[in-house]
Amino acid sequence: MIVALFVPCYIDQFYPQVAIATLELLEKAGVEVVYPSRQTCCGQPMANSGFEHLTHDCDELFTDNFGDYDYIVCPSGSCTLHIKDHLHSSDKEDKADHIRRHIYELTEFMTDILQVKQLNARFPHKVGVHQSCHGQRGLKLSQMSELVAPPFSKPLQLLKMVEGIELIDLDRQDECCGFGGTFCVAEEAVSVKMGKDRVADHIRHGAEYITGGDMSCLMHMEGILRRQNSPVQVKHIAEILNSH
Amino acid sequence: MSHSDKDHPKLAEQFNADEPRVDWHDETLWWVRVKRDKAARSIPEWEQLRETASRIKNNVLANLSEYLIQFEEQATRNGITVHWAKDGKEHNAIVLGLLQKHGIDRMVKSKSMLTEECHLNDYLQQHGIEVIDTDLGERIVQMRKEPPSHIVLPAIHLKKQDVSDTFHEHLQTEKGNNDPQFLTQAARIHLREKFLTRRAALTGVNFAVAETGEFVVCTNEGNADMGAHLADIHIASMGFEKIIPQRRHLSVFLRLLARSATGQPITTYSSHFKKPRKGAEMHIVLVDNGRSTQLGRKDFRNSLKCIRCGACFNTCPVYRRSGGHSYHTAIAGPIGSILAPNLDMRKYADLPFASTLCGSCSNVCPVKIDIHDQLYKWRQVLMKEGYGSTIKKMGMKGMTFTLSHPGFYQFAGKAGRWAMKAAPFIINNKLNPWYKQRDMPSPPKESFGEWYKKNRK
Repeated sequence: MIVALFVPCYIDQFYPQVAIATLELLEKAGVEVVYPSRQTCCGQPMANSGFEHLTHDCDELFTDNFGDYDYIVCPSGSCTLHIKDHLHSSDKEDKADHIRRHIYELTEFMTDILQVKQLNARFPHKVGVHQSCHGQRGLKLSQMSELVAPPFSKPLQLLKMVEGIELIDLDRQDECCGFGGTFCVAEEAVSVKMGKDRVADHIRHGAEYITGGDMSCLMHMEGILRRQNSPVQVKHIAEILNSH
Repeated sequence: MSHSDKDHPKLAEQFNADEPRVDWHDETLWWVRVKRDKAARSIPEWEQLRETASRIKNNVLANLSEYLIQFEEQATRNGITVHWAKDGKEHNAIVLGLLQKHGIDRMVKSKSMLTEECHLNDYLQQHGIEVIDTDLGERIVQMRKEPPSHIVLPAIHLKKQDVSDTFHEHLQTEKGNNDPQFLTQAARIHLREKFLTRRAALTGVNFAVAETGEFVVCTNEGNADMGAHLADIHIASMGFEKIIPQRRHLSVFLRLLARSATGQPITTYSSHFKKPRKGAEMHIVLVDNGRSTQLGRKDFRNSLKCIRCGACFNTCPVYRRSGGHSYHTAIAGPIGSILAPNLDMRKYADLPFASTLCGSCSNVCPVKIDIHDQLYKWRQVLMKEGYGSTIKKMGMKGMTFTLSHPGFYQFAGKAGRWAMKAAPFIINNKLNPWYKQRDMPSPPKESFGEWYKKNRK
């Protein structure tokens, strides 16, 4: 099994440690990982802004980069969902189709494909989990509070294997943080208010760290925490699962 | 996208100027969402019920014209006069004509979002007809000359103090008395006089049964009944899509409606109207107003399944923090944002962007409308049809170029991170909306791509 690592553009540029943790986690699980060097972005920033009709070249590049691997793994629910729902190619649709069916967000790849049962990780801190909407409601990584259905959570399943971690409860277990891609600047006032409210919920319940599967949500909340001079930090779930 | 003072981001920013009030608005509506969750969980087969409702509505939309004709036949047989209106203008003219025919210049009206959509009140007032809204929330906003801010809770943007001030001004109640019981008693006395003296009553329609020609009106205050039973003429205004095939289907929708709306098992009054009383008249106006256009849009047609419960408003984190008026349309919230562009793309091009696409709306929808997917699809339609700003288009083209050329992407990333370190004021300034209330991430010395080249292979 050869896995291609897809690193979202903003992680590549701003949070390389998240990609490194993802790579190391997969390697520790015995997976052969390749990082296609010509990768850029999934095209979601354009598509969510209403410019899906401009993403053709980006889609073709993605298909060329990732079409030949058994699996594609990405430390972001949002980017994974975008590819799953929207990737198409004009002359290599079979490859695009293969990608759509074989791209996995990191935690679901670990629980469903690798079926990880234990981790050699230790993180003795109080941690609040932010359920990013695209991972949760889009990829169905966790049960959603709106539905009358039995609970489950793939990220929590993994976090519970981490030694010393103390997971805190929240008042609103799966409310959106307000990042929303270009929403974060186009609707600045509401976006920031949503972020402040999310952060306050974690702080109220004693979180030292806020974690989640999408660095974009965490980047937004980190921006608010830093502005408030809060000691609370954000960490991508891959960093916690890979910590020791 | 429109850049007037009336677009969602600007109106939402104004709403956010008073943060404690935003907190109160958010928490009040979240409380309704929690009540809805509890009510839904009291029914183990809730998800199956939603699926059933969704399928019934799909059937209705696939056979809409047949059901409407069947309804007209049955209602006419029952003694109801049926009118057809192609748009709001025709609807308003029909209502005015009926009132004028009977020499009536004063009317009571229970809640009807359709008449808000058609701007009936303004139209009738221009023609010398006085309209009194009898739903308590609607009466409050009517006194204040404001539109409703929520389809189920029209005055949810107001606090007790605001209502007290409004009643003091219009009903001469004691100044500063914020006691809810005192205030509702004042409204009750005020409205009772209207019910007893008005000869015409207009109501909305929640469900119209094709099989029997009956219609059902759901209220918590009984105001539709008070109006209709005391008037000589009852006019019911109904959007095309309110039709359901059979009476037994009410057992699905009545279970879903109030639980989704307010967390009640059922509305206090679910009143069935079948035929006029002896000597009285009953009219029903069937209104299209863009519905057949929406029915023809494959990606958006199932927005017509909506039963107007407002659950998507209460769960929407954006609605709760921007208020109903920021949507500048009769039906606000997520559902309004997919209905409004159908009526006027230019005017409402901002609304599908008033969402993070979190998907909570689709999950609470009792008829399973894929609201957040339609928001995404409306964005594509609106930008493709040219309703985006030139600046946005240029930005998107630049981004597309960068992200389609790996060499340029790597160069731009490196240059950008260098600039953020060397000259942070380029980014950290007032022109950057991110920076206004949030810090920028601190740029690392190398990208993952650069790290990988050094550390692997």
